[in-house]
Amino acid sequence: MNKRLQLRLATSKVFEYFIMLLAFLITIPLFAIIYYVLKTGLSKLSWHFITNIPKPVGEIGGGIANALAGSLLIVLVAAVIAVPIGILCGVYLSENRNSKLAYWSRLAVDVMQGTPSIVIGIVIYFWIVKPSGSFSAISGSIALAIMMLPIVIRSTEETLKLLPSSLKEAGLALGLPYHKVILRVIIPCGISGILSGVMLAVARIAGETAPLLFTAFGNPYLTTNVLKPMQSLPLLIFNYATSPYDEWHDLAWGASLILLIWVLLLNITTKLITRKWKVQF
Amino acid sequence: MDVVKKVFSYRKIRTETAFKRFLVFTAIAMMVIAIAIFLTLVIHSIPSFQSLGTRYFFGTTWDPVSNVYGALPFLLGTLITSFLALLISIPFSYAIAIYLGEYQTKGWLSELLKNIVELVAAVPSVIYGFWALVVLVPMVRSLEVKVGAAPYGVGILTASLVLAIMIIPYAASLGRELIRLVPSDLKEGAYSLGATRFEVLRHVILPQTKSGLFAGLLLSLGRALGETMAVTMVIGNTSILPDSIFSPANTMASVIANEFTEADRTLYLSALIELGLVLFIVTVVINIIGKLIIKRFSNE
Amino acid sequence: MESAILSSKNFNAYFGNNHVVKNVSMDIPKNNIVAVMGPSGCGKTTYLRCINRMHELIPGAKVEGKMLLHDKDIYSINPILVRLKIGMVFQRPNPFPNLSIYDNVIAGYKLNGFKIKKSERDSIVENSLIKAALWNEVKDTLHKKGTFLSGGQQQRLCIARAIAMEPEVLLMDEPTSALDPISTSSIEELMHELKKNFTLVIVTHNMQQAARVSDKTAFFFLGELVEYDDTREMFINPKDSRTQNYITGRFS
Repeated sequence: MNKRLQLRLATSKVFEYFIMLLAFLITIPLFAIIYYVLKTGLSKLSWHFITNIPKPVGEIGGGIANALAGSLLIVLVAAVIAVPIGILCGVYLSENRNSKLAYWSRLAVDVMQGTPSIVIGIVIYFWIVKPSGSFSAISGSIALAIMMLPIVIRSTEETLKLLPSSLKEAGLALGLPYHKVILRVIIPCGISGILSGVMLAVARIAGETAPLLFTAFGNPYLTTNVLKPMQSLPLLIFNYATSPYDEWHDLAWGASLILLIWVLLLNITTKLITRKWKVQF
Repeated sequence: MDVVKKVFSYRKIRTETAFKRFLVFTAIAMMVIAIAIFLTLVIHSIPSFQSLGTRYFFGTTWDPVSNVYGALPFLLGTLITSFLALLISIPFSYAIAIYLGEYQTKGWLSELLKNIVELVAAVPSVIYGFWALVVLVPMVRSLEVKVGAAPYGVGILTASLVLAIMIIPYAASLGRELIRLVPSDLKEGAYSLGATRFEVLRHVILPQTKSGLFAGLLLSLGRALGETMAVTMVIGNTSILPDSIFSPANTMASVIANEFTEADRTLYLSALIELGLVLFIVTVVINIIGKLIIKRFSNE
Repeated sequence: MESAILSSKNFNAYFGNNHVVKNVSMDIPKNNIVAVMGPSGCGKTTYLRCINRMHELIPGAKVEGKMLLHDKDIYSINPILVRLKIGMVFQRPNPFPNLSIYDNVIAGYKLNGFKIKKSERDSIVENSLIKAALWNEVKDTLHKKGTFLSGGQQQRLCIARAIAMEPEVLLMDEPTSALDPISTSSIEELMHELKKNFTLVIVTHNMQQAARVSDKTAFFFLGELVEYDDTREMFINPKDSRTQNYITGRFS
């Protein structure tokens, strides 16, 4: 072997290791964050912590029941609004691939996806909060629903596009009406892809803070009235993390741990679902 | 005949028609929402357009108390933070893209890295912000002490660092897809001429994916520009023109997050919304251009 | 005297500006097997898909002329009604991948939201599978997914699914082109059985198949119906030179 070839091969090998090293460096911040959240949050976790509302500054104890319940409720309502509309819009886009309306609608979905979350907060403030005269959980849900829609629509569209057209023809040729074909054949066959889109969208909005700042606003007390301001985990973390009090920081770490577990569990479940529920052709 | 009577009813036909109409309605609704977002921002920015005009973009002072609104510090703050974050993220996101797209396309190691990258994307922004506040800020502060800058800890550099971590997954996963799209006969052609793996990467794969990787950068930039919470928590919230990467600043998104609910005057509120409008237009345009490039790239 | 259950009069079909079926008039007698053959791109599949209004699902498709079922124009009837009366089997077997064999057969009822007693349901499934010559092979695995069956079995499952709806006419679009020879011959045998209860229209690009199974054969060429006659007559004594060229293999 001549020198030049050796050098070239060595360069190639060194470059490979270099790339590998750089690539795996991303692990450091992730583990640093998980480690830190676990270290500071784990000691807070208790039944007391998730069933009590925060105590005023200076008092020991207190929990995040208001934020946990609020987050669940706000996200649930957002999903109830966005999932059916999102799936049906995805159906429209995959069914009418080349129509003019589909083109513009797809562009609109791209616009919504590109809209910064804080801007959605502003807009919903003017659409709902201001006319109704009060911050409210429902306005937060609507803001989050708008963030969910593009994810649900796109994943539905992409999933259904891959289904063979023979499936739809089989249903129609049996004399099934169009809505039955879509609801009983097409959507069930694409369910794993659609569901993973929905779960990812839920995971995404569960951690969103910015759109809630001017909508759900936050609330130190426990409430289930969706027409009133409501606390959520990310809002609580933001407010308490930026406060100067150590007790509040501790609460925020506990809340961060719960939020992190929630979001990561959703991500992992999504993976398992897509692996298990794939319909075979 | 019998069966027809059993399963057929005109009610079903009506439901079918209603269903088809509803599908069209959802598609139209998306257009209405997108347009309404834009119009809402424009309408509420009008007071600011009218009384500030272009001074708004060149004014260096933002002082709500004396009703002076110059947005330049935020425009600059946003641009510097985002581009710095992009710069920091490029080596890592490209390395991940190349590693997963070319070196290790299968196997447990690549699965592991893929999952890690997905988890990095999944961590909520507010947790990044909190972590950065407690961990990164002291680190940056000690760095500032070493280089002799004012030791705020919070500021553009800290915000860029945390932003960089947050945007790596986007450019990385997009880059990976694009590198995989490079036809294998091109690569095999180069290998058959005796090229090493590094040479194939450099002279075949990277030139082939150039436009796509650029689009990936654009899309990550779009994310960085609009990112709010993590930045708000560590940028220092100072509405003056930044003079170094260590200085505390504000981005468009962080000003809105901090001041929107306090804005008591119409002009103040309108000036904030105009920031939102600018942010909206910039990110949407960047997103659409990025997606167009990628679409063209994957069709080739 | 044979009575025509289905007949088209001056029937035309288009894709956009593309005229794919040109002025076709033909009568299809009850309880017959009619084969429609011709080289690819001759419009035979499009013609078949016009009979149960599947053609119109493609954007830009349109039709002209009359297509009569029992002397009533099917284009004046709701397509769902048409498709309940005229069943279809496709080129590739397409059982519903999310449903079991049992549910596939009963799909036309079940997915339509029609409630029937379990005993009645069981007998529909059994009878349809028996008629489709599949019962013996699947009676112990009725609750497995239909997609686990072999290609030929899947196609018979699709036939069972179609005949469970008791249509008057069964359209088959090259039903054996995706199958192996053994499955093909079992499907061909099945067609003879089905003839007793149904009228069959079969599109095929395979002349031998047309000769083997059909009572009457139609030859399409470039969108036109060139010749339509009793199958024996057509193959022994073709009247048109184009038909002769086709069946002697001078073009395909």
